[in-house]
Amino acid sequence: MRIGHTVAAWKSDLSQIHHTYLGLLDSYSQGAFYDELFGPPDGPPNRAVRIRELVSGMVLSDLQRRARDAERELFNLGITFLILSDKGSVDRILPFDVIPRVVTAAEWDVLEAGTRQRVAALNHFLHDIYHDQRVLADGLIPAELVLGNRHYVPAMQGLDVPMNTYVAILGIDLVRDTGGTFRVLEDNCQVPSGVSYVVENRHLMQRAFPDFMANVGVRSVEEYGARLHNALCELAPAQVDDPRVVLLSPGSYNSAYFEHVFLAREMGVPLVEGQDLVVDDDRVFMRTTGGLARVHVIYRRIGDDFLDPEAFRPDSLLGVRGLMRAYRKGTVALANAIGTGIADDKAVYAYMPRLIRYYLSEEPILANVSTHICREPEGLAYTLAHLDELVVKPVGEAGGYGITIGPYATRAQLETRRRQLSDDPANYISQPMVPLSVCPTLTDTGIEPRHVDLRPFAITGKDTWVLPGGLTRVALRKGTLIVNSSQGGGSKDTWVLT
Amino acid sequence: MLPLLARYADAIFWMARYIERAENLARILDVNETFARDEHGGRNWLSVIQLNADVERFEAAGGRGDAESVLSFYILDRGNPTSILWALRAARENARTLRPLISTELWAHINTLHNAVQVLGPGDIAPPKLSRLCSWIKNSCQAHTGIVEGTFYRDQSWIFYQIGRQIERADQTTRLLDIKYHILLPSIADVGSALDISQWNAVLRSAAGYHAFRRVHPRGLSPATVADFLLFNHGFPRSVAACVRELGVQLTDLKLKYMLSGGSEAMERLDEIQAVLLSRSVDTVISSGLHEFLDWTQRQLAALSDDLSRAYLSRERG
Repeated sequence: MRIGHTVAAWKSDLSQIHHTYLGLLDSYSQGAFYDELFGPPDGPPNRAVRIRELVSGMVLSDLQRRARDAERELFNLGITFLILSDKGSVDRILPFDVIPRVVTAAEWDVLEAGTRQRVAALNHFLHDIYHDQRVLADGLIPAELVLGNRHYVPAMQGLDVPMNTYVAILGIDLVRDTGGTFRVLEDNCQVPSGVSYVVENRHLMQRAFPDFMANVGVRSVEEYGARLHNALCELAPAQVDDPRVVLLSPGSYNSAYFEHVFLAREMGVPLVEGQDLVVDDDRVFMRTTGGLARVHVIYRRIGDDFLDPEAFRPDSLLGVRGLMRAYRKGTVALANAIGTGIADDKAVYAYMPRLIRYYLSEEPILANVSTHICREPEGLAYTLAHLDELVVKPVGEAGGYGITIGPYATRAQLETRRRQLSDDPANYISQPMVPLSVCPTLTDTGIEPRHVDLRPFAITGKDTWVLPGGLTRVALRKGTLIVNSSQGGGSKDTWVLT
Repeated sequence: MLPLLARYADAIFWMARYIERAENLARILDVNETFARDEHGGRNWLSVIQLNADVERFEAAGGRGDAESVLSFYILDRGNPTSILWALRAARENARTLRPLISTELWAHINTLHNAVQVLGPGDIAPPKLSRLCSWIKNSCQAHTGIVEGTFYRDQSWIFYQIGRQIERADQTTRLLDIKYHILLPSIADVGSALDISQWNAVLRSAAGYHAFRRVHPRGLSPATVADFLLFNHGFPRSVAACVRELGVQLTDLKLKYMLSGGSEAMERLDEIQAVLLSRSVDTVISSGLHEFLDWTQRQLAALSDDLSRAYLSRERG
């Protein structure tokens, strides 16, 4: 029996009108940055109209409640990473922001093509440096930079990997400058991570915000597991009909364990630890209730150094003794290949545009952040002249160690760096500060701009497939550009529009 | 045949055991709470400590013997391997290992249960709340069992789950029976008194067996009939005999259906337990000492668990 409008319904209608009129985004200001939902800082908003309307029409308290529910769900589902502290280990979620980041179909076409191109160049490069070393002979990249690099693995020389696919899984870190151009900041070739959040964030959005997704064409991210499994099977030793794939994890105390579980589940393969595998007669087996069972492909989530105590670090408890012997014999495939870490190096990164031209005879589709290579005289001269504006990074280090950020450094720090640059220029590169794009983000006080980056993922077996989406990391602290989860970063769902 | 990592089989076996253990600890504390309401007073709480052979550790942990310290020891104590908190944490750690193998519903349930138990404080185990807390833990463990029943893939991993659960359940039933028969043994004069009978009643109820017992014995209730029911009745799912029979089915399946060799020691031991259960009557058991019989059963079950570990679950296997 329908009785017509109740008072409560009237009130609700009025509040809807009221809030649409005020609009949650009306007082939003993107500042001097490119905005992922509005567009360039100068000019009228030209992106993501439908999503802006949806967000704008919401009630802040409702949005906040749903955001809290979503985060509680992450916790209950155990979508967490382990943080070790002196008080023991604690489970933390990666904070999730409910306002999606949008990539248009046209933008995606460029990102996809650019990612494919980068995978192709990286695989050519890796094959070359572990075989003929043409690129070194031609003087395109200094030989000592490659051969003297601690991520270069001499044991890989002359070893053929299936289909020359060294980088079966690639994640590249992209940032977007004020003009809206995506630029590569970093390649992740050895053990790229974060894809589980891409898929889980989507599931979370579908459950918590079905109304957001109605009537918006967003490309699906569901295929990742199946695509990955297919690609890994393609990499199996040639004579194997029905290859057994496993995912090798450091174990449940690793901070990325949730992702390992996620990927093993999506692919329907066993998640193994080093202790579960054994090498016998240069073949790899896993220990089962019924005895040993052969393994053909290992998706390893352990760094090169720890993979095999016989070939690499002898103190490693995570790896499998003899794995390298089996790998050399070709009885087992590894993804990614051993020795791919060299392509993550900051100095090698600086040469990527040239390597793309060299191997593919194409112009790079995705630009690097402009990088000055200090081992080259003009790069050094420019760096020294603009030290107070540039970010200077030592090439051998990872994790932000030893970086000077010109605008924030003291005079003394800059002078020290200047001396270091003059003494050992080959050890440094420099880059301008990139004004990362922003995206509307829910905060305690309302919706505010926060800086974001983007990590798309590519899978390569015989061919390359790029997941239509990616990990959008967001710097939740006001003003900061650092998106890392260890420093107050969170993530957003990434919508590639159809 | 899908191979199963030995480490996974081990985690499945222990996840099942720890959940069953948590449920039964809640049952024991609940039933003891019932006993403690009568004139035996606080002394009864120490019986739970004796029952689990925890006297030394309990005293080392500074426990006193009053309801508060015993309940805290068995529910909240992070350092006590026989606490409910410990059991659920261990179950959850095993479930974490098993994430690739189990349903999201099963994982989310155990994770949420674990998280809820982690934040329990002294206020939650106060006498007026204890029964409700125990009921909640029992219900949660049974919900787990239900999700397992409805979502667990039926291959050899399911068999290892059943084996873990049945071993633990049989063991816990012997402890439940022991708490009444051995430790709360009344003086000869009290046997058959209203108090004695009400305690046997409580033992049955704590095993959720009162209704089933009444179907078999519509009238009357004696120590012998209750012990007989909890030890030998094949129709009651918590009886030792029912658990052991189920174990026989599972071990046979491992061998014949899943072609796993190496279980002959476990099989022989199970045959021996079964032979003893079939050949004894409750009267002979009681006359030659129920406590000794229960103790023998517990030791046999522990040895069976070790046999199975060596045969199938060891990480050194292969």
